[in-house]
Amino acid sequence: MNFLLINFFLISLLLVTTFFIFKTTSLISVVALTGAFTLLCSAIYVNLDAVDVAFTEAAVGSGISTILMVMAAAKLPEGKKNKLINLFPSIILAVAISLILIIIIANLPLLGDPNAPIHLHVVPEYLKESKDFFHIPNVVTNILASYRGFDTLGETIVIFTAGLGVIALLTSNTLNRKTNFKKNKKK
Amino acid sequence: MVGGLFIIITSQNYLKKVVGLAIFQTAVFVFFVSLAKVLDGTAPILTKMANAYSNPLPHVLILTAIVVGVATSALGLALVLQIYKNYETIEEKEIESLELKSDK
Repeated sequence: MNFLLINFFLISLLLVTTFFIFKTTSLISVVALTGAFTLLCSAIYVNLDAVDVAFTEAAVGSGISTILMVMAAAKLPEGKKNKLINLFPSIILAVAISLILIIIIANLPLLGDPNAPIHLHVVPEYLKESKDFFHIPNVVTNILASYRGFDTLGETIVIFTAGLGVIALLTSNTLNRKTNFKKNKKK
Repeated sequence: MVGGLFIIITSQNYLKKVVGLAIFQTAVFVFFVSLAKVLDGTAPILTKMANAYSNPLPHVLILTAIVVGVATSALGLALVLQIYKNYETIEEKEIESLELKSDK
């Protein structure tokens, strides 16, 4: 019961943070609120017994991504008082999607049900055998590095590609658009 | 999650759009991890004391996804910076009007 209460409290804090991110115009406070958001998420992960995920979220999501965003926000101008665009259609879309999600969630097994189909397939074997195979008590590490090592390799490739893209974008000075735009300005 | 989507569509500022994308992703992650929870279970680290563990498989998927998500938002931020370099603004409406002007 305690678990559910804490979870409910954290999720309502998340909603409040999202609302303020939506409301604020100053870029640096948006960035700070995003850091708070991911930190709250890692608290939720601890509450849901996902310690490894909480570690990663706190280090990568809340640390590195906030640093990147601060670096970007320092170079950008202060956000203006934003007039909202597309307000009406997006409200309709948001309400429709939340309705669909609520219907889906009502059909899911209850939170923490040990007989839900997700817990019955490969996972019992992982939990039983992985210690004998790899001699590491942490099952998440076992799956990440051994059973699904190729996934992790793919992830590394994705990050490498993203890094290449970031470097290419930040170092290129000769985009066509820029030259066109500057020429037009002179005319 | 819907809040994140809402921010993406409604805000004009491109940095806020990137933030909205990150929020959207994180909400999906929380949903996945909540599927993995087992009542009275502990974290999936094998010990002699515990007899029920939460499901480690979604944790692994989300570990991968978090890191990929950061890579995505880094790429988005780089794009925003490049847009700022070229247009000297990151508000959608202003860029639109600049484009219309340059077409004439």
